Amino acid sequence: MMRLDRTAGWIIARLMGLALAVGVVAAAANSPAIADDAEKEIERYREMISDPMSNPGFLNVDRGEALWKLARGTKNVSLETCDVGEGAGKLEGAYAKLPRYFKDADKVMDLEQRLAWCMTTVQGLDTKDVFSRRFGAPGKTSDMEDLVLFIANKSSGQKLNLSLDHPKEKEMFVIGEAMFFQRGGQWDFSCATCHAEDGKRIRLQGLPNLSKVGKASQDTMGSWPTYRVSQSQGRTMQHRLWDCYRQMRWPQPDYQADGLTALTLYLNKNAEGGVLQVPSIKR
Amino acid sequence: MGTFKFNIAMPVAIIATALAALPAAAVDKKTALSADPAVVKAAVSATFKSAPPEWQAKLVQDETQAICSQYPNGLPDDLYQKVLAREAATIVLPADGNVLGDWKNGQKLSQRGTGGQFSDKADTPKGGNCYACHQLSPKELSYGSLGPSLLAYGKTKGYAPAEAIAAYGKIYNAQSAVPCSNMPRFGHSKFLSEQELKDLTAYLFDPESPVNK
Repeated sequence: MMRLDRTAGWIIARLMGLALAVGVVAAAANSPAIADDAEKEIERYREMISDPMSNPGFLNVDRGEALWKLARGTKNVSLETCDVGEGAGKLEGAYAKLPRYFKDADKVMDLEQRLAWCMTTVQGLDTKDVFSRRFGAPGKTSDMEDLVLFIANKSSGQKLNLSLDHPKEKEMFVIGEAMFFQRGGQWDFSCATCHAEDGKRIRLQGLPNLSKVGKASQDTMGSWPTYRVSQSQGRTMQHRLWDCYRQMRWPQPDYQADGLTALTLYLNKNAEGGVLQVPSIKR
Repeated sequence: MGTFKFNIAMPVAIIATALAALPAAAVDKKTALSADPAVVKAAVSATFKSAPPEWQAKLVQDETQAICSQYPNGLPDDLYQKVLAREAATIVLPADGNVLGDWKNGQKLSQRGTGGQFSDKADTPKGGNCYACHQLSPKELSYGSLGPSLLAYGKTKGYAPAEAIAAYGKIYNAQSAVPCSNMPRFGHSKFLSEQELKDLTAYLFDPESPVNK
């Protein structure tokens, strides 16, 4: 029931309230200050937790180093002669160039495919157990995640620098690009749905444009592998892509599938010049 | 280790064209990607070959997904019109012509981001996850920017019934308005039910909805 006897004070109060509401709404609609504030706070949070001495990802690095040196398999040798791209046993700078073509396998491989290759050929190790623990969980460590964080850390400070000299590398780039833009699943999502424009957000989470060389792609690809606080686990690009496809309403991808390598090659090529700072730490 | 055979006999010309675009990798407007769609299809299938058959089936592209995949930076005009017509023809309006449901349930659906993931259970509640991409209620500050703001949507359209029907159509099939839209085709894919679509339309068009306050 509306009151008819409005006082001047009532009217002024209502007008001020309206102006405030319009101001807030206008601010929210035109330049979401809340998003900028959130981004600044997230950046501050990231800086606070980016201390190697407090990044649990370095526990993965320590375990990875031990696994690298552990003799096992039917040949009872360690991985220390494994060639991950820069020569047998050479780890410095190797991660910055992956995925790449390997002549002995005659295919383009990412680090995890290469480690599986070395486990099988160098160590004579049955990789069934390693594959069953590909993604760590409470009470279950992942040899692969540990080894990737260890080996990636040997390239920390280096720039991503992939070669497309070999025909198979060129082919994988073209395939990776096509997969990036492939619409599919019940929601018609592709990677590009979220990652092909500058300055977009999902809720308040900023989305890097991964479809071209730029600061966003360089910073993002330079931060993998990482320790994900929300999962309490070290995570690699294999897991990140698995998690992306999950949220895209696609099926579960096969671990170490060549399509994932093609995608990773495309993403890393689009991040050329990005400085690796790994393992990083993320939410 | 998963391996799959690429079509090794890929024309050199295609590779050369792809190389010309490297390393900036910015795809020219309205030109198709250089990859052979058949090779890509094989690569995608091989990547998901261990998934249950009903999940692999979700990756069989319809015509629209296929053409939108090949032209990520926009369709040439003739293809644009084809997609528009094809997608508009999919819209099924409620039989009684009423597109407005319960805005309160619409609000729940707009906030909910579960449903449809391989990690979800059969009884996991689903939603449209609208706030992932859109601003809606002025009170909700945690909203995304992948889609346009829908602030005061119904109010700014004068709560016109024809506009409400158009909005229902957009939620049913966003590509009926924007070919290759990033927005899921919620009705056409049968992800959301008719009632859920009505509830979402009400969230936009009910004068009592927070969206219009």
